[in-house]
Amino acid sequence: MATYSVQTRTRASSGFAVFATLAIVLLILLPFFAGRSTIQDMFFILTMLVLAQFWNLLAGYGGLVSIGQQAFVGMGAYAMFGAVILLGVDPVPSILLAGVAALIIAVPTAFFAFRLQGAYFAIGTWVIAEVFRLLVAQWKTLGGGTGTSLPRSATREMWFTDAIKTLFDVKASAARDILAYWLALVLALATIGGIYWLLRTRRGLALAAVRDNTEAAKSIGVDAARMKWVVFLTSAFGTGLAGGLIYMQKVRISPDAAFSVTDWTAYVIFIVVIGGIGTIEGPILGVLIFFALQSLLADFGSWYLMTLGVLAIVIMLIAPRGLWGLISERTGAHLFPIRRRLTGGELDQLED
Amino acid sequence: MIWVDTIVQGILLGGLYALFAAGLSLVFGIMRLVNLAHGDLIVMGAYLILVLVTLLGLPPFVALLFAVPLMFAFGWGLQKFLLNRTLGDDILPPLLVTFGLSIVLQNALLEGFSADSQRLPTDALTTASVAVGPLNLGVMPLLTFASAIAVIIGLNQLFYRTSLGRAFRATSDDAVTASLMGIKPANIFATATGIALVIVAIAALYLGLRSNFDPNVGPARLIYAFEAVIIGGLGSLWGTLVGGIIIGVAQTVGAALNPEWQILSGHLAFLVVLLVRPRGLFPRAHD
Repeated sequence: MATYSVQTRTRASSGFAVFATLAIVLLILLPFFAGRSTIQDMFFILTMLVLAQFWNLLAGYGGLVSIGQQAFVGMGAYAMFGAVILLGVDPVPSILLAGVAALIIAVPTAFFAFRLQGAYFAIGTWVIAEVFRLLVAQWKTLGGGTGTSLPRSATREMWFTDAIKTLFDVKASAARDILAYWLALVLALATIGGIYWLLRTRRGLALAAVRDNTEAAKSIGVDAARMKWVVFLTSAFGTGLAGGLIYMQKVRISPDAAFSVTDWTAYVIFIVVIGGIGTIEGPILGVLIFFALQSLLADFGSWYLMTLGVLAIVIMLIAPRGLWGLISERTGAHLFPIRRRLTGGELDQLED
Repeated sequence: MIWVDTIVQGILLGGLYALFAAGLSLVFGIMRLVNLAHGDLIVMGAYLILVLVTLLGLPPFVALLFAVPLMFAFGWGLQKFLLNRTLGDDILPPLLVTFGLSIVLQNALLEGFSADSQRLPTDALTTASVAVGPLNLGVMPLLTFASAIAVIIGLNQLFYRTSLGRAFRATSDDAVTASLMGIKPANIFATATGIALVIVAIAALYLGLRSNFDPNVGPARLIYAFEAVIIGGLGSLWGTLVGGIIIGVAQTVGAALNPEWQILSGHLAFLVVLLVRPRGLFPRAHD
């Protein structure tokens, strides 16, 4: 009697797991052999990857296209600055507060934005992000519209920087970059791992069901409204953490920069669309392409953004599942498999 | 008295926002497409008029007559060759394509015209004002408001009095059945976007005459237009005018209290309406 079993693992994913472990070890050790500019580039790539993964969770899995993620980056960053400047907390633990602050403002944001559907939801989140930007610009103790910097005393005595300074024998500013890089690496790995875990749980299955057909999912008992809240709040929290971390490394903040729709939402959307929306692999591929394009076209100013925009339009029209979608269609490869496949029993004989 | 003046200025400003919003509302009403590049198209229209004014030495209102067919053609082509491909059940393609278009337009304008702010040349008429009782009203704001009303009346006439309007309504209700009756939805959509861009050109004229503009002001115009549409209720053009007026009054009253609060109070008025009347003040459509 043949037995059936449900599998998610594929041959490619098992091979990839070995490769990924090696890559992670390499990335942890990177500061020992890479220069400061490489570390800064990698920090940028990793933080953009985190933002992209969370936007992808929202739009690709939750069907919630937000153009207001800059609200959570900005609010997270300002909460981090507020904790350091007003309460005297160390910047490193303040990053956690950044996530919490983003989570807190996500509740009223969702309350308003969920009254709008589809495209109107998108612009609604944008309006709310503008409201937060304008409100923060009124906050005079944190520099109002012109912004402020982290006090030197806070950045000098930041946790772990002394240890990193002695370990690598570098200046305090370089040590801060290495610290930020490691934190970004931890955040990126936790994000990818966490989203992968979420998608493989019952809740992830419910999410995919809601995305594919809301009415059908509801009819078999999935609480679609609750899934929207879970996804929205999760991604606000993660985006807020990334915001706090990004501005811990930047050290200087202003409302226009921290709540920039181009930097924290447009780029992120392009990364996800080009890489492949609705997959975990897509944003990883997308951020690498994004970085390569930026390095190539950085000197051409606005041509760079135009290229990204045109590329995103073309991809959306001819390959809506992005470059990773094309690759996995051709090769059948899934590095982070979430699809449950029935194997064994008579199915195996059918395949032959 | 100063408050009456502030409120009247706000009402007239609302006419400008209704002009921004009418094109957005038209396109959404017919094909359920929200064009995130709408604000940038208004700014593009303003630059087009500026180019016509500078190159041909035309007064802005005459330049508008030249801009109208160009904008219609641009809108027709945009819809026919790009946006029609994105229509369907999935909401992602139209959103992401028009968002990409918005970024492309902004940066193309930045490349072509630099980030310097521009203004259309004004003459005696545009800076004149008339005394209405104790109030001094600018001719320009009055003209804007009158144009908004004219555009709304014109659109309503088009919808309910012409065969094109009947085709618009039929396609909006059920594109497949309409196509059985010999209507080509793809062309109807293209014509609708063409007309929307004609309204955009009119809005662009007043934008350029009344304030400075630069390539980056598009998204804010989109947001005002969107707020006016939502406050008014989807599908109601007169509602959109009321929505524009509410945003306009909120902004001028906010600015009178504290200049830094101008934009913020407009957004807050929008959120209040969203809180108490999620479907807008005069809802008609069911989606």
